[in-house]
Amino acid sequence: MTFAAPLARRPAELSRRTRLRTLASHLVGSPLNLALTAAVALAALTVLPGLLRWAVLDAAFLPATPETCRATTGACWSFVLAKHSQILFGIYPFDARWRPALASAVLVGVLIYSVRPAAWRLSLTSIWAAALVAVQILMGGGVLGLTPVPTAMWGGLPITLILTVVAIGGGFPLAILLALARRSEMPAIRLMSTVFIEATRALPLLSILFIASIMLPLLLPEALLPDKLVRAVIALLLFASAYMAEVIRGGLQAMPKGQYEAATALGLSYWQTQRLVILPQAITLVIPALTNTIIVMIKNTSLVLVVGLFDLISSGKSALADPLWRSPATETYLFISAIYFVLCFGFGRFADMLERRNKVAR
Amino acid sequence: MPDTAPPDAPAIAIQGLHKWFDDFHALRGVDLTVARGERIVICGPSGSGKSTLIRCVNQLERHQEGRIVVAGQEATADPKTLEAIRRRVGMVFQTFNLFPHLTVLENCTLAPIWVNGVAKPVARDTAMALLERVRIPEQAHKYPGQLSGGQQQRVAIARSLCMNPQIMLFDEPTSALDPEMVKEVLDTMLGLAEDGMTMLVVTHEMGFARQAANRVIFMDQGQIVESAAPAAFFDKPQHERTRAFLGQLLH
Repeated sequence: MTFAAPLARRPAELSRRTRLRTLASHLVGSPLNLALTAAVALAALTVLPGLLRWAVLDAAFLPATPETCRATTGACWSFVLAKHSQILFGIYPFDARWRPALASAVLVGVLIYSVRPAAWRLSLTSIWAAALVAVQILMGGGVLGLTPVPTAMWGGLPITLILTVVAIGGGFPLAILLALARRSEMPAIRLMSTVFIEATRALPLLSILFIASIMLPLLLPEALLPDKLVRAVIALLLFASAYMAEVIRGGLQAMPKGQYEAATALGLSYWQTQRLVILPQAITLVIPALTNTIIVMIKNTSLVLVVGLFDLISSGKSALADPLWRSPATETYLFISAIYFVLCFGFGRFADMLERRNKVAR
Repeated sequence: MPDTAPPDAPAIAIQGLHKWFDDFHALRGVDLTVARGERIVICGPSGSGKSTLIRCVNQLERHQEGRIVVAGQEATADPKTLEAIRRRVGMVFQTFNLFPHLTVLENCTLAPIWVNGVAKPVARDTAMALLERVRIPEQAHKYPGQLSGGQQQRVAIARSLCMNPQIMLFDEPTSALDPEMVKEVLDTMLGLAEDGMTMLVVTHEMGFARQAANRVIFMDQGQIVESAAPAAFFDKPQHERTRAFLGQLLH
């Protein structure tokens, strides 16, 4: 916004020639711009041909066999083509892989459905509840004639999606409560929230995951112990909520006192004031920082590999262990990175859309 | 909620009111009775406690000593009494305090819908009628940030009126406005006064005080120094401090 010319006086459409001229002046308009353009062009010319040769021209695609791969000097995409189902779904029983595929599709589908403002009503929570039940039935089986599959055999994309959706979806409301509690006038509530947030932030996520997966079984009797995946989800959820709570608290602090006073004078209760007046503004204010935190959390889900859960990265890693292939790690991790990129970039665009939509003139 | 007060009871009765902010003694034994339909203008130097006084009426500030009875309801720590008082008392602030994320119409219907449980279409009709009355119905679907200061303050008045209050508090309603917008807000307030609304107005607009007030009160250092009808107040102020203050206002 800062660098744009005054929008109001701009003609509705710039001619193609004017646009070209503007572009040209940005690229070579001054000695500095000229030097920068030359440097970037030189760097691109040095890197791009080699990359193109490796990734496309010399790369092995079909047939997806170890031989195709061994015969090439370029990228071995045939490995990714041959092993995509193992990378995406880990050690899930081969015959039943349509189930994690469908579960992932359900999660992605509901995610895409939920980002449209038209979907933001109370019914969305029931849609999510139904989706999560469907995912549990598809993945776990044991009902409707589906063979039971223990969570130890779940893996890959559905694990990453489940961890992300539940940890962030559940962590967000908890974060709002924590942020409000930390600003509460009741000392006990404030203390509990502060202790929780500070303790959670002071511990590395890795150690929280270890506590959830290794120490809890020592402390709790078998019957009370939740499943390993559930423990990891809860650990991630709590961790994410502590970080998001502090971001939201930042937004709450930026709210002018007059907004509380006006709402109070109109007779709104504490919760009505927060829900209808303060939080919509405070959260909009911190969307950039919140997006940052959430994207870090999406990528943090990959840390569950240390407690023996097969997320996308660990299932990719185990696919690479096949001795028949020459273990093309770069290609596999590029494939996995592309999936993470879609998730994180997609979320970034969603946040951008939210910000535009809620922008208010002050 | 039924109005339990007898019809001739005062709108507001304040006795022996004390208020401290930490060490600062902001109100030092204020007594004030406001009759129904009475319009009182409160003036005084900054820090004299005039804003604090009207903020105690709807309990945006809790007092530490004394008694406040508003529309037959004594203000206590019980949230129920606060709720009852705030339903009957509207407030207009110096800085408007409209909700910037809601349209003008939504600003006006928010409290009626959520606090009084009025049906949405009814709340909209009431709000449109009151926006009509403050003469900005055409702005109903804009956001506060798109309006001028004067228009925002008139929306703030309409927003308070949507709760159908018995008493209106104004805390320096024109102090944050550009000079050319002061009149449109004062005209709206004069209209309210003519309709018999009980009003407590903190302002330095002495023209408004002369025209609309039944009584003008001068406060200094947390106390009511002088209280008189406008004519007497302006023409024959009794106290030295009042004379000094009025002298400063006029020069």
